[in-house]
Amino acid sequence: MNDARDLQPVPSQKSLPKRNLFAFLEGWLYLLPSIILFGVFVFYPMFRTIYLSFFLADQMGPFEFVGLENYQYILSSDSFQSSVKATILFVLYTVPAGILLALFLALLTNEKIKGIGIFRTLFSSTMGMSVAASSVIWMFMYNPSIGVFSRIAEWLGFPAIQWLQDPDYALLAVSLSTVWMNAGFAYLIILGGLQNIDTHLYENAKVAGVSYLYQLRRITLPMLSPTLFFIVTVSFINAFQTFGQIDILTKGGPVESTNVIVYSIYKDAFINNDVGSASAQAVILFFCVLLLTALQFKLGERKVHYQ
Amino acid sequence: MSGQLLPSSLSLNNYLEVFQKVPLLTYLLNSFVTSAIVMIGQLLVSSLAAFAFVFMKFKGRDFVFFLFISTMMIPWEATMVPNFMTIQSLGWTNSYLGLTIPFFALAFGTFLLRQHFKTIPQELYEASQVAGISRLRFFWNVILPVSRSSLITLGIYSFLTNWNMYLWPLLVTNTESARTVQIGLKQLQTQEIASDWGIVMAGVVIVILPTLLLLFAGQKKLQKGLTQGAIK
Repeated sequence: MNDARDLQPVPSQKSLPKRNLFAFLEGWLYLLPSIILFGVFVFYPMFRTIYLSFFLADQMGPFEFVGLENYQYILSSDSFQSSVKATILFVLYTVPAGILLALFLALLTNEKIKGIGIFRTLFSSTMGMSVAASSVIWMFMYNPSIGVFSRIAEWLGFPAIQWLQDPDYALLAVSLSTVWMNAGFAYLIILGGLQNIDTHLYENAKVAGVSYLYQLRRITLPMLSPTLFFIVTVSFINAFQTFGQIDILTKGGPVESTNVIVYSIYKDAFINNDVGSASAQAVILFFCVLLLTALQFKLGERKVHYQ
Repeated sequence: MSGQLLPSSLSLNNYLEVFQKVPLLTYLLNSFVTSAIVMIGQLLVSSLAAFAFVFMKFKGRDFVFFLFISTMMIPWEATMVPNFMTIQSLGWTNSYLGLTIPFFALAFGTFLLRQHFKTIPQELYEASQVAGISRLRFFWNVILPVSRSSLITLGIYSFLTNWNMYLWPLLVTNTESARTVQIGLKQLQTQEIASDWGIVMAGVVIVILPTLLLLFAGQKKLQKGLTQGAIK
């Protein structure tokens, strides 16, 4: 990282105290808008969430200190356990599939062929489509009487499945739609990574006459690893924060099979008016994301190959 | 809509009707104004911070830089309840203030611009100091114009993200006059689901059209900018 170097304080040539004070004040002035906003809308609410998690609280604020009771309560509740299960399954269904799909599409369209731009635009297009709009489209496709999935099932002679109403299929259905929604962004990032790889490496490989798979394994994937590392981290964090498609497609149901953690926080805080429990879950979410990021950086540093 | 593979006839009626079913024009306007304000706010706040990180040396800068990094570790959803309470106590619900101000500071945006500012030769800055040009003028008249490309990238990114935002507008708006288009879509879908999918889909097309066009126009820039801000 070259950040550490240029962040070292450089002694100014004239260390007049007055001039230093001025530079100090001016520097902070430029940062002040960010610092105030981060303070009010990121750090304060984070500490407030931790604080509220030790109280019985509603939307008006805390009213009784209960220590760790909120945590004890949620950790032993069936609802939270099913929410953890739904979240983990959702992450496992969406992250690997989404990245593999994006990688596959990016490899396909990294070739220099006439008209390839159309495909690049097409594959990245879901990035421009909001979660709400995409969810409505998928809701139509999952519709048991007129949706395309039922039509295909009917045509193949299978019984129609109530995709979003069946506890066995709802999470899978939401995951499938999420893979589609997130593919555009992952695709754009991976394609960018592929295009940054030095073309000389491929020219040399061509001269040496190696196979495509060998080239993929020995050149493309190692050189792409920083990009892949980034998109894996971002995808994991995004998956933990999923809300919109759940709210529109299933509302956490049926029988809480799609009640992922953020939806559960939302429901407790804004529908059940149990802010204490919502805050405790938010703290758990925070530590999960923190742990995951730390873990990935630790693992990633060893595996990732930087140019 | 009956579920035939091909439609039997084409008409624009659904597009006219969707504007009558929900106040879509108001929603579109709200989304547009909100996204534009957030875009300008993010560009200003992020570029000021990035400028300080690259061109100024002062006590506490490393510490602030660390603070910026740590904001990326805090999932926004984990803080939404107190944030909602803050907005409520400020009386900012159902207003542009509540929809925009919380998003003005953006660590990702600051890093992206910092990356670009670092490519600007330090001699340019030193020359401006010798010529006695104030830092603010140097920032406004030199740095911002030469960083146009990065600013556009960040601008597209921020407009896209804010146009598509769902959870926050759902929390802080509950009147028809304040709602954004994404929440309007949910409303439309709940209202019309049994009666007419055609109208709902017309709504979907209207909502995704602006961002799709923006994405197509800025795809190359975005791809380059996002990878740079992310990796290096």
